[in-house]
Amino acid sequence: MANRITDEMIDYVGILAKLELSGEEREQAKEDMGKMLDYIDQMNRLDTSGIEPMPHVFPIQNVFREDEVTNGDGTEETLCNAPETKNHMFVVPRTFEQ
Amino acid sequence: MELLSLSAVELSAAVKEGKTTAVEAMKAVLARMEETEDLYHCYLYADREGALRRAQETQEKMEKGELTGPLAGVPVAVKDNLCTRGIPTTCASKILQNFVPAFSAEAVVNLEKAGAVLIGKTNMDEFAMGSTTETSAFGVTRNPRNPDHVPGGSSGGSAAAVAAGECFFALGSDTGGSIRQPASFCGVVGMKPTYGTVSRYGLVAYGSSLDQIGPLCKTVEDCAVILEAISSHDKKDSTSLERKDTDFSSALVKDVKGMRIGIPRDYLGAGLDGQVKDAVWKAAKLLEENGALVEEFDLSLVDYAIPAYYTIACAEASSNLERFDGIKYGYRADAQGLHRMYKATRSQGFGPEVKRRIMLGSFVLSSGYYDAYYLKALKVKAMIKHAFDAAFSQYDCILGPAAPSTAPRLGESLSDPIRMYLGDIYTISANLAGIPGICIPCGESEEGLPIGLQLLGDCFQEKKLIRAAYTYEQLAGVQSAPIVKPLPAKGEKTDVH
Amino acid sequence: MSIEYETVIGLEVHVELATKTKIFCGCSTAFGGSPNAHTCPVCTGMPGSLPVLNRKVLEYAVSVGLAANCSITRFSRFDRKNYFYPDNPQNYQISQLYLPICRDGWVEIDTASGTKKIGIHEIHMEEDAGKLIHDEWDDVSLVDYNRSGVPLIEIVSEPDMRDADEVIAYLEKLRLILQYLGVSDCKLQEGSMRADVNLSVRRKGQEEYGTRTEMKNLNSFRAISRAIEGEKNRQIDLLSEGKEVIQETRRWDDGKETSYAMRSKEDAQDYRYFPDPDLAPVVIGDEFLRQIKSRQPEFRTEKMKRYKEEYEIPDYDIEIITASKHMADLFEATVALGSQPKKVSNWLMGETLRLLKEREADPEDIRFSPEHLAKLIGLVERKDVNSTVAKEVFEVMFQEDVDPEEYVQKKGLMTVSDEGALRKAVEEAIAANPQSVSDYRNGKEKALGFLVGQTMKAMKGKADPGAVNRLLKELL
Repeated sequence: MANRITDEMIDYVGILAKLELSGEEREQAKEDMGKMLDYIDQMNRLDTSGIEPMPHVFPIQNVFREDEVTNGDGTEETLCNAPETKNHMFVVPRTFEQ
Repeated sequence: MELLSLSAVELSAAVKEGKTTAVEAMKAVLARMEETEDLYHCYLYADREGALRRAQETQEKMEKGELTGPLAGVPVAVKDNLCTRGIPTTCASKILQNFVPAFSAEAVVNLEKAGAVLIGKTNMDEFAMGSTTETSAFGVTRNPRNPDHVPGGSSGGSAAAVAAGECFFALGSDTGGSIRQPASFCGVVGMKPTYGTVSRYGLVAYGSSLDQIGPLCKTVEDCAVILEAISSHDKKDSTSLERKDTDFSSALVKDVKGMRIGIPRDYLGAGLDGQVKDAVWKAAKLLEENGALVEEFDLSLVDYAIPAYYTIACAEASSNLERFDGIKYGYRADAQGLHRMYKATRSQGFGPEVKRRIMLGSFVLSSGYYDAYYLKALKVKAMIKHAFDAAFSQYDCILGPAAPSTAPRLGESLSDPIRMYLGDIYTISANLAGIPGICIPCGESEEGLPIGLQLLGDCFQEKKLIRAAYTYEQLAGVQSAPIVKPLPAKGEKTDVH
Repeated sequence: MSIEYETVIGLEVHVELATKTKIFCGCSTAFGGSPNAHTCPVCTGMPGSLPVLNRKVLEYAVSVGLAANCSITRFSRFDRKNYFYPDNPQNYQISQLYLPICRDGWVEIDTASGTKKIGIHEIHMEEDAGKLIHDEWDDVSLVDYNRSGVPLIEIVSEPDMRDADEVIAYLEKLRLILQYLGVSDCKLQEGSMRADVNLSVRRKGQEEYGTRTEMKNLNSFRAISRAIEGEKNRQIDLLSEGKEVIQETRRWDDGKETSYAMRSKEDAQDYRYFPDPDLAPVVIGDEFLRQIKSRQPEFRTEKMKRYKEEYEIPDYDIEIITASKHMADLFEATVALGSQPKKVSNWLMGETLRLLKEREADPEDIRFSPEHLAKLIGLVERKDVNSTVAKEVFEVMFQEDVDPEEYVQKKGLMTVSDEGALRKAVEEAIAANPQSVSDYRNGKEKALGFLVGQTMKAMKGKADPGAVNRLLKELL
């Protein structure tokens, strides 16, 4: 396997993606990610010099909406699936450090 | 009249003629589900009362002449990654358990306008990541053609529901083959239209630049009619196209004379199951005998499609799935502190395949790797698009298999991710290039498992695909009628071959 | 001998655009709604929702770019900036990294040593985040997405500033441009204009830049000045002690006059930007540019030049009036209603500035209408009210924008023009103050003033002092 995935890399990706893997799952993830990277590394065999990257397949452009208020009070629909709310707001673990 | 053997268009006509009602049709579906759902598990959610009430309302509107379209009164199943107002939408993930959207996907709204009646939500691979429907957090779906085999995926529940007669047609989504491959495995018709033809509004995104919604159904006629109903220019979706040529049913013409059909040599090369190869060749011959000009050609870059696809799809998915954080909806783990809550929620809420793709996607976008992976993949995508442009300057359609094999047995595929990804080799490039593709049954293996024929067309050329597929279907006979045959009683061994 | 250091400052200024709706959905941007009232699936990151760009946001961004001498990017795109934080419902912010809408511009500021050009590196469009409120009772945070998706532009300067005065001058200049364009009300306190300060120090004469820090949470010019001073000293102290400056984001606490690092091991600062596949690219054509250009307002320099030619008012007045678009508009509108420019200018330069200062308000907070100011000037001109009464009326008008004519009527403040009544009051004043009368007759001119005052008092201020003066002289 050309791509060796270290514990540090798994931890780093875990911070980015907010995932925490431990034990067997972690070892499996290291192995799978190494294999997948080896696999997608095949792209490097293809010479892409001079090719423009293509985020969109079609030349869709300039899609706008007009600056007109179309939405009414959304409180209820916004909050109806929330695990926890208070005073019409979402409750989250405290974000401010003391 | 055996209602369940009717196509969607036939059923709607029968309702209009007063031979049956929307309610009777719904009851037939529900009765069928009663018999077979325990085994197949096509649905994640179906409410009998709601379905019957909706059928009743539709029937009344039809009687008043308010609904006259070709899908009016027809029960439909919808993949569980399409939002349905007031009806749970989980993407087969624990992280979205109990999520009830406040709005319906535009495609669902369009179907409702056309008079189709929602039955429920079908099983799928979690967040559409998978090719077998085995990554669902809520149990596997079995292939109605042989319950020891997978139905394919990710729209496996939708394909299986059509094959099992548990609906008259279904909606699926296709990011790398997720409509066409399960259609192939279950022996039904499935189509992914040109990117931008069906609004993605309300489709829970996996790979936004690749996702398209499309039909899974019994006949090519149904396919054309359904696609016509769900296509629309939606101002809520910036990638939705304004098309004037969505009268797809006008292409239901049995005639392929002079149609130029190309078969990529790489599509019939190594890795392809012999029986699948034979069936596909036979289908090509049949079209050739009826006037099509069929020849082999070299479609380059086939090997690069999967690496480019997984890079792009995983990158987009890693970002699209960031919103599942335990704050606004869905599952929330009990943990102290913000970041621990995030990590616990997501680690417990997502299944292994989803985590695998999120991690890969986060990695290929991370500092120092963006150019080598993500940007490189976008360049490969551009080259693949150019290769298709060149091919379609020569051919009206590209013909090939939809999958390298028939449906694998349950539990066989998930152990090796790369092997699973390789199964997408024939379908994936269509998503990268944004082009339409259709899959129709073209026979079965010795084991009685269906084989699918895939036709790919240039952007906006769905009509060519529909005409070719319709012609083939008329010549070969409709092969995707639901299997309405007695099943082994519950508890018995379900091996039927 | 101690080493001399130079401070190098660049600014990232976030400006909330004054559109009616959010950048990617049809929710109102109005302040004051109850929590989460101005939200929808798009601005709360509901699964399946998709963004569509508000045309006005693009128009505003381009107009700012043109005013700041930028080149407009003809093919522009939105990117996703990925980071987890609860005020950001999707856990990515839609912003622009690779192809920002405007690049390579400049604005000119006035400094002690003359004018100076400050480079604009880029201007990009993005969405604002929601608000987090700390709930002491339950020791949790609460999230309100009313501000989520409000359009912002971020104006990124080059590291061209060297001290706090230049920074303030630059911010004042930006604010003036934005206000003249009418694209934002630019209030630092309310957060509609926010500045992050990137600061580094280096030895005088050194070419390369030092390691910079980014300072956030600066919500007044005063805070910015103090933060710059504080951070400069902190960095110089570090370097003098032979330590290193760490590249980091710091939060300024204006109360404690100190900043602290916002570091966290969960904060990788790796935003994984990539083009947002949900949004179409923005292609700027010649026609679009021409339209925006044709709608650009008269900016301050041109306005000052025109005022000099058109109105006979002092240069100093011109400078003050044009320093605020709102005041300049008020001035021109009042003059257009027929008032004499000098009179209008006097009201603005005198009473208006006095009251603004007293209330610690900005010219943008002026609420009275040009119609009412014109009426007040008319009342004075026709001697319907005297200047003392006029100032009283003005104060009420400044406060509540009352119609001065109606107010004077209602309160009975009109000058008494009845000659008989006036004569009677003067006669009474003469009779009641024999000492002053004799003083006056003995050549003490000052005594006349006292008598005028007494008469005015008797008339409750509603007399024309000129007429009283005339009558007194006549009767004495």
